[in-house]
Amino acid sequence: MSRVVSLAPPRRPGPDLGELLSRVVRGDQEAFAALYDAVAGPVLGLVRRVVRDAAQSEEVAQEVLLEVWRTAARYRAERGEVLPWVLTIAHRRAVDRVRSAQAAADRDRRAAAASQAPAFDEVVEQVEGRLEREQVRRCLRTLTELQRESLTLAYYRGYSYPEVAQVLGAPLGTVKTRMRDALIRMRDCLGVAA
Amino acid sequence: MNALDPHTLTGAYAAHALDPEERDAFERHLGHCPSCAQETAEFAATLARLGAAETVTPPPELKARVLAALPGVRQEAPQLARTARPRARPARRAPRFALAACLALALGAGAVAVQQHREAERARDRAAALARQQQTVAALLTAPDARTATAATAGGGTGTVVWSAARDQAGFLATGLPAPGPGRTYQLWYDDAGTMRPAGLLPTGSGTLLLTGALDGAAGVGVTLEPAGGSAHPSGAPVLLLPFS
Repeated sequence: MSRVVSLAPPRRPGPDLGELLSRVVRGDQEAFAALYDAVAGPVLGLVRRVVRDAAQSEEVAQEVLLEVWRTAARYRAERGEVLPWVLTIAHRRAVDRVRSAQAAADRDRRAAAASQAPAFDEVVEQVEGRLEREQVRRCLRTLTELQRESLTLAYYRGYSYPEVAQVLGAPLGTVKTRMRDALIRMRDCLGVAA
Repeated sequence: MNALDPHTLTGAYAAHALDPEERDAFERHLGHCPSCAQETAEFAATLARLGAAETVTPPPELKARVLAALPGVRQEAPQLARTARPRARPARRAPRFALAACLALALGAGAVAVQQHREAERARDRAAALARQQQTVAALLTAPDARTATAATAGGGTGTVVWSAARDQAGFLATGLPAPGPGRTYQLWYDDAGTMRPAGLLPTGSGTLLLTGALDGAAGVGVTLEPAGGSAHPSGAPVLLLPFS
């Protein structure tokens, strides 16, 4: 018995996040706890992908979840689903964190500690999660290299587009349009409708 | 801001790759450009798929910390939705305290569930037993070498094991596991190099248990579903396996 076994749960209709969020607006902490259960894994996963450092990622994820509590009234159902709204907040805060000079110093200081981080954070190896990841990877493979790198450097690494342009040795304007082209292809490949 | 057509900025905007000046200019443009707003929303939904593909299992302490911080965070009223946003700076708490809080929350929920399904007397006994278990397991968390491991089950819910080598004791916290069903119970086992040693019964899907017996060099803890009263050996595949590592 050397590893944690996590079998795949059947895909169940999740809670109605819009309904939960409307209760959160009214200060319902129980609804927030249920919303937390639905979004905390994606939030922490995305933040970790961008921020890397485990301790900082948890701090940022906590800020994100409290921002959801604080600003729930800003959510507009006609502009999209709840999870994209939450993950937009998560991504913005993760990017803010990696772009602050202070974070750079912290990251260096904590680099050693990170290697001893506890193993709480293994990626959820559920079939459902794997399928989602596979689908995203499959669609990323349909992009041109410049599209893919423009998108993933910006989204998963938190690079600004001038940083992306510098890393790729491409003109600024080209990088901006490639990011948009990449997202149009990903949108169509993943069958996303807003 | 350069002379690029703002319509082409939707991608960089959605990926938070614009500098603040460009972002603000683009947001002003968004207000007058329904097709840009539509595309931006679609891109946000697309990027959410990329984000969700990175899903991890958050540590239980994070939930305890976030829930504990809620009362100190004032919610915006709907009509104030457009005001400047101050940053939430929740108070830090020591992880072990937070885990203790999490434990208390979970136990509270378990106790409530028990009360609702009870006959008066049995429930009172059970609540008292739970309270003792809670205190003991919470006390285990104060051991300087206390450690935890958490895993999710196939049927939903999570199990957390808390252990201290110095105290030679372990506790188990179940949160939202499926109810064992009539005439069934969860049974805990110490894993002695592959041999399962009975370590106690948990008849509910949410609750806590101080494991019977010492760690005694066990490699981890397993959880199985057994007939009420428990078994001498596991009768089926474990629902959860939590290594002491």
